Amino acid sequence: MAKVIEGLYYSESHEYVRVEDGFGYIGITDYAQHALGNVVYVDMPETDDEVTAGEEFGAVESVKAASDLNSPVSGTVTEINEALEDSPEMINQDAFANWIIKVEMSDTSELDNLMDAKAYEEFCKEQE
Amino acid sequence: MNNKLYGNLIFELSKEGRRGYSLPANRFGNYPVPKELQRKEEAGLPECDELTVVRHYTNHSSNNFGVNNGFYPLGSCTMKYNPAIDEEMSAMPEFSNLHPLQPHHTVAGAEDVCNLLSESLKAITGMEAFTLKPYAGAHGELTGLMIIKAYHESRGDMKRTKVIVPDSAHGTNPASAAVCGLSVVEVKSRADGTVDVDDLRSILDETVAAMMMTNPNTLGLFEKSIPEIAELVHSHGALMYYDGANLNPMLGACRPGDMGFDVMHINLHKTFATPHGGGGPGAGPVGVRKGLEQFFPTVSPYQGNFAVAMRAYAYILSLGKENIKMVGPLATLNANYIKESLKDVYELPIDGLCKHEFVFNGLKDKSTGVTTMDVAKRLLDYGYHAPTIYFPLLFHESLMIEPAENESKETMDGFIEVMRRIAEEAKTEPDTVKNAPHNTPIGRVDDVLAAKHPIVTYRQMCNNKQEQ
Repeated sequence: MAKVIEGLYYSESHEYVRVEDGFGYIGITDYAQHALGNVVYVDMPETDDEVTAGEEFGAVESVKAASDLNSPVSGTVTEINEALEDSPEMINQDAFANWIIKVEMSDTSELDNLMDAKAYEEFCKEQE
Repeated sequence: MNNKLYGNLIFELSKEGRRGYSLPANRFGNYPVPKELQRKEEAGLPECDELTVVRHYTNHSSNNFGVNNGFYPLGSCTMKYNPAIDEEMSAMPEFSNLHPLQPHHTVAGAEDVCNLLSESLKAITGMEAFTLKPYAGAHGELTGLMIIKAYHESRGDMKRTKVIVPDSAHGTNPASAAVCGLSVVEVKSRADGTVDVDDLRSILDETVAAMMMTNPNTLGLFEKSIPEIAELVHSHGALMYYDGANLNPMLGACRPGDMGFDVMHINLHKTFATPHGGGGPGAGPVGVRKGLEQFFPTVSPYQGNFAVAMRAYAYILSLGKENIKMVGPLATLNANYIKESLKDVYELPIDGLCKHEFVFNGLKDKSTGVTTMDVAKRLLDYGYHAPTIYFPLLFHESLMIEPAENESKETMDGFIEVMRRIAEEAKTEPDTVKNAPHNTPIGRVDDVLAAKHPIVTYRQMCNNKQEQ
């Protein structure tokens, strides 16, 4: 069963946002990494790029599929997780510890449109 | 093939200075290539005698697997057998020796073939006009979208920048739209696997250029709401595009032109039995309804892949108007026969009648951790080509099976028996399945390593060895 962590915000396209010190750390959920299988490449934006809620900011490729990454919130990318360039498999090892981009959010009220852990868990069950 | 004796790369068989030919003395003098055009280093080509080369390639060719070797239920690809008569017709020197730039009056026969094929395709699809120029399915999609774009622009309607594509669509649909400079909006599927008309209604507006649909869709399901969808899309001024990837089960049963589609392409290499797999050559003729033929773009100065068109026309003629009507029903019957015979051991996510193909979501009993990938690999051990796996993306363990209409009941029974045996093995000896294949020239390959560190040339292989 896929892991879900309390306190994060979840999107219907299986990204999460962890809010820490006012920044949003965005990655894909454990459910998503399970569904994708072995991740072989993460296509990331560059620092200072703008991301928009609901719009694509990159992609994750696995041996099974390539999947777009949609940003759950809008803002400016302040950092990307460079370790994923050489070791994309870290997403399979721990999807929640290995965020993909760090974003300075421009509108924190967008978080209200996302699901909490409980709602996301239900959502995943419906998907099965 | 004995891999130890004959499994080397041709480069590994190279001996410096060895030749498979001897040229007569040069009586004409030397005319050297200008210095600036000469290579600066040796080309590094393998040097072998003729017999070594012949054995090398003959042995490797025996490792190949095609429709002529065995059952090839690769869903979404329609790996249909190519009858020998089609090959004979297209290999006739009168056709195969033509040059594309030959004077017009010397190619009247080939032109006749193109015109007659177009006429046949018009009758089969209900479209008004066809162009045979596109070189493959995705090229046909691009051509079709260019027609749609040109149509809107001709009306001075410049704000149509979006194409609606179902979430079950082939990946080429959004790719073609992007290449054509259009953006993609996804429409959701309902629980029954068909397009969600309510979701479509909420997306449609005056910025939509077209709706692309595959029917039956990639789940092998017939889209029942086409008349309603076509009316809705047309009422917003957009056009309907039919992706002919799955035209096979429709042959003789119904026509896209009658359903309200405005533009479509056909994959001749699927529906009309010409060889494919391994990247072509294909052919993707595009048909349009009346009034749109003026927007055919010039996507090629030639008549497309003529040899493929020739085979398709031979196929259509050899079946004839009466028999071609049986293609769709037989393909549908075969797919449903396999589906019904296996659905107690493989998970069927959407029940009911399918068309020419269907999707399982892996094994019904997943408790031993045997995945769709493992089942596919194990099938190779039993001499079958694997079905399409992990597509469509709507399910996690997609296993997509498509028998073409010309497979016999005995062939399908053999396949069903093996699929049931693998399901049994998954329970009793899961490791055998997880480590498959065992009887193939190469065992389980490491996909992750291959994706992350691809070695595709001999030079890369040598460099890689040095690094280790």
